[in-house]
Amino acid sequence: MYQYNDIDQTLVDERVAQYRGQTERYLKGEIGEDEFRALRLMNGLYIQTHAPMLRVAIPYGLLASKQVRKLAEIARKYDKGYCHFSTRQNVQYNWPKLEQVPDILAELASVQMHAIQTSGNCMRNTTTDHLAGVSPDELEDPRPWCEIIRQWTTLHPEFAYLPRKFKIAVSSSATDRAATQFHDVGVHIVKNAQGETGFRILVGGGLGRTPIIGTEIKDFLEPKYLLAYLDAILRIYNLYGRRDNKYKARIKILVREEGINKIREHVEQEWLKNRDKLILKQEKIDHIKSFFQPPAYEADADQDQSFSVHQQQNPAFARWLENNVCAHKQPGYRNVMLSLKAPDSPPGDMTAEQLDVVADLADQYSFGEIRTTHRQNLVLADVKQADLFPLWQRLVDIKLATPNIGTATDMICCPGLDFCGLANAGSIGVAREINEALDDIEYVYDIGELKINMSGCMNGCAHQSVGHIGILGVDKKGSEWYQITLGGSSENEAAIGKRLGPAVAKHEITPAIRKILDVYLKQRQHEEETFLETVNRIGIDPFKEHVYANH
Amino acid sequence: MQIIKDRQIIENNWSFIEDNQALPMGNVIISLSRWQAEKPQLKQHATQLGLRLQSSDNVADIAQDLAHFDLIELHFPVFTDGRGFSQAKLLRDRYQYTGEIRASGHFMVDQVFYMTKVGINAFDLNDEKQLPLAISLMDDFSVSYQELLFA
Repeated sequence: MYQYNDIDQTLVDERVAQYRGQTERYLKGEIGEDEFRALRLMNGLYIQTHAPMLRVAIPYGLLASKQVRKLAEIARKYDKGYCHFSTRQNVQYNWPKLEQVPDILAELASVQMHAIQTSGNCMRNTTTDHLAGVSPDELEDPRPWCEIIRQWTTLHPEFAYLPRKFKIAVSSSATDRAATQFHDVGVHIVKNAQGETGFRILVGGGLGRTPIIGTEIKDFLEPKYLLAYLDAILRIYNLYGRRDNKYKARIKILVREEGINKIREHVEQEWLKNRDKLILKQEKIDHIKSFFQPPAYEADADQDQSFSVHQQQNPAFARWLENNVCAHKQPGYRNVMLSLKAPDSPPGDMTAEQLDVVADLADQYSFGEIRTTHRQNLVLADVKQADLFPLWQRLVDIKLATPNIGTATDMICCPGLDFCGLANAGSIGVAREINEALDDIEYVYDIGELKINMSGCMNGCAHQSVGHIGILGVDKKGSEWYQITLGGSSENEAAIGKRLGPAVAKHEITPAIRKILDVYLKQRQHEEETFLETVNRIGIDPFKEHVYANH
Repeated sequence: MQIIKDRQIIENNWSFIEDNQALPMGNVIISLSRWQAEKPQLKQHATQLGLRLQSSDNVADIAQDLAHFDLIELHFPVFTDGRGFSQAKLLRDRYQYTGEIRASGHFMVDQVFYMTKVGINAFDLNDEKQLPLAISLMDDFSVSYQELLFA
C-alpha cells in the first residue's frame, strides 16, 4: 500500500497543527459557530445527538495492521471502546470530546492517517472496489488511481468550498462493486477498441433525497488526463452548481437541470483549455503504481488442499467458506470477508478487542493489510487456502465469522436516531429485530443473495434507495415509520427501488419484511433465481398485495 | 482602514464607488455592470480603475478588458461561496492577470491560505484586528499536493 514520504507526513502534521489552532481559537470564542462548523466538518467532526462524532478517512478502504491497532487504541482512550465502519469505507467514533479531537488527529497522523475532508462541502474520500488488486474480473488495480485522486483532492485550494459534497468512486472490474453509478463522479477503468487502457467517466449520480443514476460524460479518457478532466468537472460545478438550496446543490441536479450535453460541452471546453498544464507524467503514475505491487505470494500455495478435508467434516466451516470467502486471482489464495453483522451487535460496529485481533490476524495471514467494504464489512484479501481453517477458528472466537455475507442479515444500516442528529427514526434496533426474526440460518440461506439497506432519514447514508429491499425511517407526527422500497441495485444494472406503498409503523416493519420474503420464496421460478431477479420479473404488486393485505 | 497586500499590512487607498455616484479622481473600484454600461467613458477616465466582481459574475466576460484594471476585487457574499476561488484561478492562470486580486466581503481568516494558493494577494478583512493572524495563517502548510503532482 501507499507509504507516506516526508511531504505526506508534513502535510498531515501541519493539518493537525492547523486544526489545533482553530479549536483553541473556537474555545476562546474567537471563531463563530458557523465558521467553526465548516472548519471542523472538513476535519470530520460532527456535533451529534449525544456527543460529537469523528469520521476518520480510510483512503479507498485500505488499512495496515498498525493503523488498525491505532484505531483500537483511540477507541479505548477517547471513546467507549468501539468504533463504527461506514458505507464510505471510513470509520467513525461516536463519543470523542471536541477539545480532544486535535490529540486524536495527532495520534492518527503518527500512523499516516487523518480525518481530512471526511465531511463538509468539499471533495471527499475516494472509494473503490474492496477486491481491488485481487479480483479475477479486474482489468487493472484501481488503487494507484485512487491514490492519485486522493493526493489531488487533499487540501485542493480551489475546490474546498463547493456548493455541496463531492464523491468520486473508481472501478476496474466487470462487476461494479463500488457503486460508481451513484457517485458525483464515477471512474471506470476500460480498454478502447485499440486495446489501450483509459477511463470512462460518469457524472451526476447520487443517492440521498434524490437518487439519480450517473450519466456518461466521457467515453474514453487517456490516463494522463485524469486529473485535468476532474479539474474541469470540478471547476464547472464550483462555478455553476446551485448554491441557493442545499437540497439542489449536488452536481446531479446541475446535470439534470442543464442536461448532460450542455454540461459535457462546458467540461470539454474547460478541459481543452487546461489539460496541457495538468498532465500526469508517466514517471509519476509508475511511482504511485510501485506501491501497489502484488505481495510475495507463494507459487505452490494451491498444492495444500487440507482445507477441503475440514470442509467435508465441518458443516459450519463449509458454510462460512461458501458465504464469506471468494475467489482470488492468485492460485491458492482467497479473499476472506469478516462479517461485522453478528446478530447481537449493531451493523458495522467493532470493539477495540476485535480490532486488535484482526490486526494480528492480518499480520499472520494476509500480509498485514485489511480492507473495509461499502457494505460495512472487512476483508482479509490475501489468505492462503491452507490458512483458511485456522483463520476461521480465530474469527469464530471474536464473532467475526457469521456466515451471512451478501444475505438478508448482512444489512447496511446507518447509526439512526440513537446517535445521529439528522435521523427521523431508529435503525439499529429495527435491524436487530429483523435479524432476530431471521435467526434461522437455513431460512436466510434459502433466501440467498439479498441486500437490505436501512437509513434513519432521507439523507440516505445507508443507501436504502439501492437496496434490493430498502427501508427508510420517516417521522410521522413524532413517531417512527418506515417506507419500504423494492428492486434497487447499485451494481451493473443500477436501479432505484420502487416504493411498495404507504410507510408502515415500527411494529409492522419486521412482519412486512417477512411477508416480502414469503412472496419471493413462493414466486421464484427456481432456487437460483435471486430475490432481485424475481422482483424484476414479477414487479412489486404481488409483494404489495401481501404486505398490505389486512389494511 | 488597513488591508493586507503581498503579506504586508498597508493602508487601503482604494474605494468602491456606487453605480449612481460620480467617479472622483484617485483609485476607484467600480461594478461590472457600470463597466459594461459606461465602458467608452471609463476608458478615458484619468484615474486608476479597479473592478469589483460578484461571485456570480463570469470572469470570461471581462477577459478582454483586464488591461484597464489595476485591481480586481472578488467580493465574497458568504464564506461558504467558493466561486471566488475559481474566479481568481482563472484570472491568474487563464487570463494572465498580474494586477492586484483582492478578497473582500464575508470570508474567514482561515481561508486565506487557500486564497493565496489560487492567486489572491490582497485581503480586505471585516475585522482589522485579525490582519496579523491572517498573515500568520498564510503559512499553515509548507507543502502542496496539487503542485507536486504535476511537477
